[in-house]
Amino acid sequence: MSTNKAVASKATNRPLSPFMIGPFYKPQLTSMLSITHRLTGLVVTLGSLFIAGWLISLAAGPYWYEGYAHHMLAWYGQVLLFLWSWCTLFHLCNGVRHLGWDVGFGLDLKTAYLTGYSVVIVSAVLTIAVWILAYAA
Amino acid sequence: MVQLTLPKNSTIDKKAGKKFAAPAGAKNVRSFKIYRYDPDTGANPRIDTYDLDMDACGPMVLDALIKIKNEIDPTLTFRRSCREGICGSCAMNIDGTNTLACTKGCEEVKGDVKIYPLPHMPVVKDLVPDLTHFYAQLASVEPWLKTDSPAPTRERLQSEEDRAKLDGLYECILCACCSTSCPSYWWNGDRYLGPAVLLQAYRWIADSRDEATGDRLDALEDPFKLYRCHTIMNCTKTCPKGLNPAEAIAKTKRLLVERQG
Repeated sequence: MSTNKAVASKATNRPLSPFMIGPFYKPQLTSMLSITHRLTGLVVTLGSLFIAGWLISLAAGPYWYEGYAHHMLAWYGQVLLFLWSWCTLFHLCNGVRHLGWDVGFGLDLKTAYLTGYSVVIVSAVLTIAVWILAYAA
Repeated sequence: MVQLTLPKNSTIDKKAGKKFAAPAGAKNVRSFKIYRYDPDTGANPRIDTYDLDMDACGPMVLDALIKIKNEIDPTLTFRRSCREGICGSCAMNIDGTNTLACTKGCEEVKGDVKIYPLPHMPVVKDLVPDLTHFYAQLASVEPWLKTDSPAPTRERLQSEEDRAKLDGLYECILCACCSTSCPSYWWNGDRYLGPAVLLQAYRWIADSRDEATGDRLDALEDPFKLYRCHTIMNCTKTCPKGLNPAEAIAKTKRLLVERQG
């Protein structure tokens, strides 16, 4: 079967039509949440390594833990941790949305937009709640 | 493969675009910025700007295109036929989303009306994409009734409930708006079938008269053909007929899981 790219580039030298989201295709909630889900998934995975490192430093003894905690509790560590917490909560909320689709719930456009906006709001609220609790404790 | 930029021969030459001014005295002028590619010169695509007097133009984007071709620039090339949203010929990227030029009102667009061919397709000329691969993919799902039982002496009957299961599926006009709005189809269109073709596949899976459901599901059980759908839902968002390919794909995935028992 001939592919679009092969057809585009064969002897006729046909150009490939513009497709990029932003300049040529409108960014929509549908595609934006999808790409955000992927990116947050990446951040969650990488960030988990830092959290794991924190636990390992705890097991390694006070010397290691204090060195590690020093960076994690510094402003830049907290900013990264804050971003990581939002990524985790967004990925969690949107993951539930994806599970809903897998069992056949919410596939109509109206519900998909409603759940889409909900995921953005709920993940933001949960992130703030987590940090208020963390600093209050 | 994920590809974020256009190949060298496909980038838009911003300096080459021509301008066609509106006639003197026109009061209600709008600019149409239209993608142009001429295979005879082989030069890189450009964007031409046509200023139209909207007081002397029909309401739809297709009316504007026809006016340009008839009165201003006969070289402008696009497909059109029914002008009432049932043939799917005039599918194109208007104002950043795929739709039919004949059912898209100029007034629905704010500012300049930007018109490109359907995204990530080989361009034959101007707004005409090459749909060869798309049609080959459609043929691959064998979109016709398949039976083993002997042909009855009359029509194959179907209950009203079973017939209702085809609503939202049979109305597809194969305009390719959905498939070419799907990022997954952009990256993996060589092997991923895309929303339009998968909706057609499900249309026959869902048909109570079809006796090849198992074979059809077997054919789709493939990491690329079906499972490159990540429920982005650009397809459903853009369908000019208001259909829901994402739902048809999700139902196909469910059937594949359910038959594993």
